[in-house]
Amino acid sequence: MDEHFARGNSLLHKRDPKAKIISAAALVAVTATSNSFAVAGASLILGIALFFLTKLPAQLVLKRLLAVNGFTFFLWLTLPLTYGGSEFTSIGPVSISIEGLRLATLITLKTNGIVLSIIALLGTSRISSIGHALESLHLPQKLCFILLFSYRYIFVIYQEYRRLARAATMRCFVPSTTIHTYRTFGYLFGMTLIKSWNRATRIHQAMVLRGFDGHLIPLSQDRYSTADTYFLSTMMILTATLAMLNFA
Amino acid sequence: MQKTPLIELCNISYTYPHNHTPILKNLNFSVFEKNVGIIGSNGCGKTTFFQIIVGLLVPDKGQLVFQGTSVKDKADLRALRKEVGFLFQNSDDQLFSPTVIEDVAFGPLNLGFDPAAAREIAMETLDDLGLSGFEERVTHKLSGGEKKLVALATILAMKPKMLLLDEPTNNLDPETRGRLIGILQRLDLYQIIISHDWDFLSQTNSILYQIEHGHIHRCEEDHIHVHSHIHKAGDHPHRHDLKH
Repeated sequence: MDEHFARGNSLLHKRDPKAKIISAAALVAVTATSNSFAVAGASLILGIALFFLTKLPAQLVLKRLLAVNGFTFFLWLTLPLTYGGSEFTSIGPVSISIEGLRLATLITLKTNGIVLSIIALLGTSRISSIGHALESLHLPQKLCFILLFSYRYIFVIYQEYRRLARAATMRCFVPSTTIHTYRTFGYLFGMTLIKSWNRATRIHQAMVLRGFDGHLIPLSQDRYSTADTYFLSTMMILTATLAMLNFA
Repeated sequence: MQKTPLIELCNISYTYPHNHTPILKNLNFSVFEKNVGIIGSNGCGKTTFFQIIVGLLVPDKGQLVFQGTSVKDKADLRALRKEVGFLFQNSDDQLFSPTVIEDVAFGPLNLGFDPAAAREIAMETLDDLGLSGFEERVTHKLSGGEKKLVALATILAMKPKMLLLDEPTNNLDPETRGRLIGILQRLDLYQIIISHDWDFLSQTNSILYQIEHGHIHRCEEDHIHVHSHIHKAGDHPHRHDLKH
């Protein structure tokens, strides 16, 4: 919630979120759909390079990468054993497949490349700017609202849930594998849902009372500058080059 | 007394869906006094009363009259809502933007001011309430008292003629409470205040009305008075029994 990454004054922080969103979308699309090591490797290098441009502290990002690689770790555990194809080596009765190893490596490269690029490109803007930028890129307004409001209220809703859960704990509720536990959690979730719904109604009322008629008008006008055009063009050329590597 | 009251409720009845007994019955009310205090027991319809004034609830029967003309369509409501600001009981329901400045500027933006002008109005309003420096603060991280003052700023930024305050001093510490009283005393606006906080009502010089059994009636003049006495935590807001 702190938007650590959005604080800063680097080259990337100063870019218009619209330019960054388009760059990120193109880059992610090319990387994610590619099956080539050259593309995956190049996108990882590009991700690292972009990240250095943000001048953000490395530790914070390493923590994020660690979380992401928790997932790829499981791929390393399963893919080489289950993917089939030609055998690389075997440990006892277990054979390790070359294709499995290849795929796990490819996914790991792609994942890290994409996460770094997204942190560098999207993480450097505040969620609210991104929401408004998406709206001005003519994405469905409702989806933009959902993004903006989830960001504002997810924490409040979580706190509401915590309050209820604490009230249960105060009355000596200890979760276990019983119907009573399941029912209690059902009540807690249900009550959180109802409270969120009621809150949403009241917020909507507050907005209507202040003249809201379905359009959120952004206060800070991000100005699209020539520097943004240069940035977007550079990113597009790089992404096109990546796409071309597919066929090399 | 003026000729036309800003707000007038004529013969208003309202029943909540899935409920048999009406919460408000043939209620008549018009605002002439600058400061009105509304008292009444929990669930007697005080908040409902406010919600009807600003058109959040549509009465089953009766008329809402704004500056002498009956409120009929959305355009009338918009005009009314520009002039009548409603401070909710829970500020978390009122502050929905990520930062304070965005929230305060929300109303002016909707009123058609361009972003630069809206920002200026917002800054002035914050300044006026002694909240300069709060612009970039994250709304959900403010303290309860700060939230209440910022919520008030979001409403004052629309330059209303009337304020509806729903239990404004609830859960405020004595200092913030004092600050709020100071602000309200200074504002030259019509104010209708729902409160259980007697001391607060007397400090805002409110004429008291009571909502009871679906009706509203004016309390007798000598109903409100301030005690001076000593007891533990006496400088904290407290109340005494209604019946003396």
